[in-house]
Amino acid sequence: MSVTGNAQTATGASASKSEGSLASRGVVITYLGLLVLIPLAAVVWQSTQDGIGGFVRAVTNPQALAALRLTFLASLVVVAINVVAGTIIAWVLVRDSFRGKAIVNSIIDLPFALPTIVASLTLLALYGPKSPLGLNIAYTKASVGMALLFVTLPFVIRAVQPVLLELDRDMEEAAASLGASGFATFRRIILPTLTPAILSGAALGFARSVGEFGSVVLLTGNQPFKTQVASVYIFGQVESGETSSAAAVSVVLLVVSLALLFGLSLINRWGTHHDS
Amino acid sequence: MTARIAFRVFALGYLALLLVFPVCIIFARAFGEGLGAVWQAVIDPEALHALWMTLLIASIAVAANTVFGIICATVLVRHDFRGKSVLNAILDLPLAISPVVVGLSLLIIYGRTSPIGVWLAEMGVRIIFSTPGMILATIFISLPFVVREVVPVMREIGTEQEQAASTLGASAFQTFWMVTLPAIRPGVAYGIVLTMARAIGEFGAVSVVSGQISGITETMTIYVSSSFERFDLVGCYSAAVVLALIAIGTLLLTNLTGPKEEY
Repeated sequence: MSVTGNAQTATGASASKSEGSLASRGVVITYLGLLVLIPLAAVVWQSTQDGIGGFVRAVTNPQALAALRLTFLASLVVVAINVVAGTIIAWVLVRDSFRGKAIVNSIIDLPFALPTIVASLTLLALYGPKSPLGLNIAYTKASVGMALLFVTLPFVIRAVQPVLLELDRDMEEAAASLGASGFATFRRIILPTLTPAILSGAALGFARSVGEFGSVVLLTGNQPFKTQVASVYIFGQVESGETSSAAAVSVVLLVVSLALLFGLSLINRWGTHHDS
Repeated sequence: MTARIAFRVFALGYLALLLVFPVCIIFARAFGEGLGAVWQAVIDPEALHALWMTLLIASIAVAANTVFGIICATVLVRHDFRGKSVLNAILDLPLAISPVVVGLSLLIIYGRTSPIGVWLAEMGVRIIFSTPGMILATIFISLPFVVREVVPVMREIGTEQEQAASTLGASAFQTFWMVTLPAIRPGVAYGIVLTMARAIGEFGAVSVVSGQISGITETMTIYVSSSFERFDLVGCYSAAVVLALIAIGTLLLTNLTGPKEEY
């Protein structure tokens, strides 16, 4: 066997390897294309079926506008609460120590594991007409916020926790020994490091809120102009056969999701840049 | 020190009011009618059929997304090509899109008004208002989990062992089956648990494409909603308790199979 022979075998092997990798890349692109991209493109196509005028009419329909406004406002409020509460909970889970902390840590993921319709039912049982706490917020705007707070709870906590865990405590001790108050140390030392993680958790939570359906359905009553969110409005349009109008409002949600994903990749790049 | 206690009280109080109390109360509501009533509600034929549909659809979605997830992770970790960041962004789409929009997209493609839907109807294949559509919707919304869990594990294990295996004459398939797969198994297992949980809990996308035909295209989550609407509260709470138990089981499983982190 000559050296050239070996070389040829090697080339043959690498050629078959690259064929294999082309094949697997083909599988990935086909799967995503058929399952995700073509259906989403169909939504965009459908939204323009009645012309651009039809699209604008569908999106500026008063009921659609009210639903979109409620969705975005509620999501903003919920994200703001999550940023504060999530950061505090993450801090408690990392820096504090008490009995049962491991259990508390593991129930944080419950909103991801619990079906959204069950979440809606549980919140209705506790904060609805037969509330054992005497707190009935069902079918009000507050109930929209409550449902969204439940489903988005883990995002900020799970984004902040690992960063807080790896945070070097020398800087904090230095700041404290130089006379900085607890709040000053937090604001000047800890917060800047946590910001990319908080923002990324907030963006994910916002994206989730904007599209949320299951958890709001039973709790909010879905009254047009009052408690109807965008995804419930789209659902209603689909049920009454108004596919193009449903698609138009969906496109608004799709654009927001895409913008958030893009922003998120920028935040992640900023975060990694921050590390190095 | 007082700040520490205040934060602890705030964190625990917030979690109790938002998470723990609500979940406890559905158990109280369901079992308030007595164990017998819950059992009767669970073995109701319509509820059992819904449970069967949920398990069938979730299993198919898990199988499809596991195979896809492993192939996709290999492509992301081991191959270098243009547009990798685009592929990464597409993978995040299912988590950022409203489930109702997912259902609508399938309805537009495969519904009776689309050319594909008409052609399929002539072939006698029905996707919308039927199980295949519900499976497609579930695959869509649970797509990224296996990929996302396998990618870091695969990156960690490197390629040395695989190269050693292929130098020793193992075929590509043997290398994958006997070297790569055992090494990435923890990531795959965790991904499967997450996919399963998401698939079982899906409601929005599935209800759009299912047409919610009671007793036929009903999953457990749709059954919760439909029994609530017809004021069958025992049936509704019982089904919700079954789903909540599955969710709690999932949490326990993720604690066992998930990446170990000490907080």
